[in-house]
Amino acid sequence: MLEVTGLHVAYGGIQAVRSITFHVNQGETVALIGANGAGKSSTLKAIARVIDAVGGDVHFCGEKISRIAPHDIIRKGIALVPEGRGVFPRLSVLENLEMGAYIRNATVEAKKDLKMVFDYFPRLKEREDQLAGTLSGGEQQMLAIGRALMSRPKMLLLDEPSMGLAPIMVQKIFEVVRAVAADGMTILLIEQNARLALQCSQRGYVMESGEISLHGDSAQLLDDPKVRAAYLGE
Amino acid sequence: MDIFLQQIINGLVQGSIYALVALGYTMVYGIMGLINFAHGEVVMIGTLVTITVAGTLLKAGMPVALAGMAGLMAAVLVCMALGWALERVAYRPLRHAPRLTPLITAIGMSIVLQNLAMMLWGRNYMTFPSLLPKVDFELAGANFTAIQIIIVLVSAATMGGLLLLVYRTKLGMAMRATAQNPAVASLMGVNINRVIAAAFVIGSALGALAGVMVGTYYEIAHYQMGFMLGLKAFTAAVLGGIGNLAGAMLGGVLLGLIEALGAGYIGDLTGGFLGSHYQDIFAFVVLIVVLMFKPSGLFGEKTGDRA
Repeated sequence: MLEVTGLHVAYGGIQAVRSITFHVNQGETVALIGANGAGKSSTLKAIARVIDAVGGDVHFCGEKISRIAPHDIIRKGIALVPEGRGVFPRLSVLENLEMGAYIRNATVEAKKDLKMVFDYFPRLKEREDQLAGTLSGGEQQMLAIGRALMSRPKMLLLDEPSMGLAPIMVQKIFEVVRAVAADGMTILLIEQNARLALQCSQRGYVMESGEISLHGDSAQLLDDPKVRAAYLGE
Repeated sequence: MDIFLQQIINGLVQGSIYALVALGYTMVYGIMGLINFAHGEVVMIGTLVTITVAGTLLKAGMPVALAGMAGLMAAVLVCMALGWALERVAYRPLRHAPRLTPLITAIGMSIVLQNLAMMLWGRNYMTFPSLLPKVDFELAGANFTAIQIIIVLVSAATMGGLLLLVYRTKLGMAMRATAQNPAVASLMGVNINRVIAAAFVIGSALGALAGVMVGTYYEIAHYQMGFMLGLKAFTAAVLGGIGNLAGAMLGGVLLGLIEALGAGYIGDLTGGFLGSHYQDIFAFVVLIVVLMFKPSGLFGEKTGDRA
């Protein structure tokens, strides 16, 4: 479904991502793990066109998307949940979700999806009219994921959903990620919390200094002595 | 007592005009953090276009009401195009430049537009055609005209319309989202360039309307008139909290009132030492006081939480 070939990202002279190639199949959850600064987030941002890649191609559903306008990525069916959540602080929770459905015109359909988001995250329903900036970090993460779902995407890109959250919140967020995946969503997940990411994905790629150093089934990676030593703290 | 009421009325009229112009500053600042110092010149061009179009049509024998409407429409359309062009040509290429660069460009554009207007319309003061009937009213010893009532009512209605646009429509929500986090708004499918252009175009339309009001009210226009008006409207926007729509509206009206009351009483207060021609100092005293004691303005956010 998503094919990344030879993707290269640089900031000035600094090579963040060195020509990496990977793919995500339909219905799959794929984890991209690695240490801070390994290039995970840059990879995701380049796919979503938030930043320009220096080289390489990205194809989605057979169509080349690596040169289209940033605001058209979501129209192709890819929704990025950005690092640090990126909710609109002075819009209400409901307005944030409506922004998620910005590209859609069918209000009836969007209403149905709103109900789906509130089913995934009952907490958001309770806070519907509150300004998003007043939510806790975990609630903002819920909102960011809910907002992404409102565009009815074919694929979700999750950038560090556990970042800065209390363990109990992390658990809740990942329960929903699993539920969304179980409902058929294709997900590319970036995480520093490698154990968590591998536990809820089918396949994983390990990034190291801008390159993919290892890939395989998530269960295998969880057992891999190198991964265990470097990323699982064992 | 009657001088008090009189100055309140004058202040409300002048303040409504400041508010309309201040909205142009504040909309652009709210979305992209830029002070468009050329906005006063957009207002000036609105006034001069109306003089040319309405004046020509009047001479050709068109009824006053029609000629006035045509002049207003022409001013609005020309200013919208001008606002769009300013953003496209002068500011968009500098979107990622250091903050000082677009500011200097804005001042440069202001000078360019003034000189352009001077070349097109000449250096002399021009008479604005009488577009509204001169009807006077009296209330508790204060005089006011139909023109004043119309200015206040039309401004209020326009500002109400703008609030509806910003808080009740999809474009408005996209504008607010873009102001808060442009990168994420783009992820939601918002074409940032289009939203920023819309802010310039809408602000310029409000400026054109204000320009026509200024012309109708003072019946005189000049290629440099946008400078002082722009500075005062900018002061009004800062007073209300730049970036905040309601702030610009309140700041405009407050500034108009402060100026009018100040001009009305400065002679008495200084025993005739300073006269009402010192009116202009009040706006800038207000600007200095606000910047010293509450730089974020009445409704401004505490710190820049722009992402």
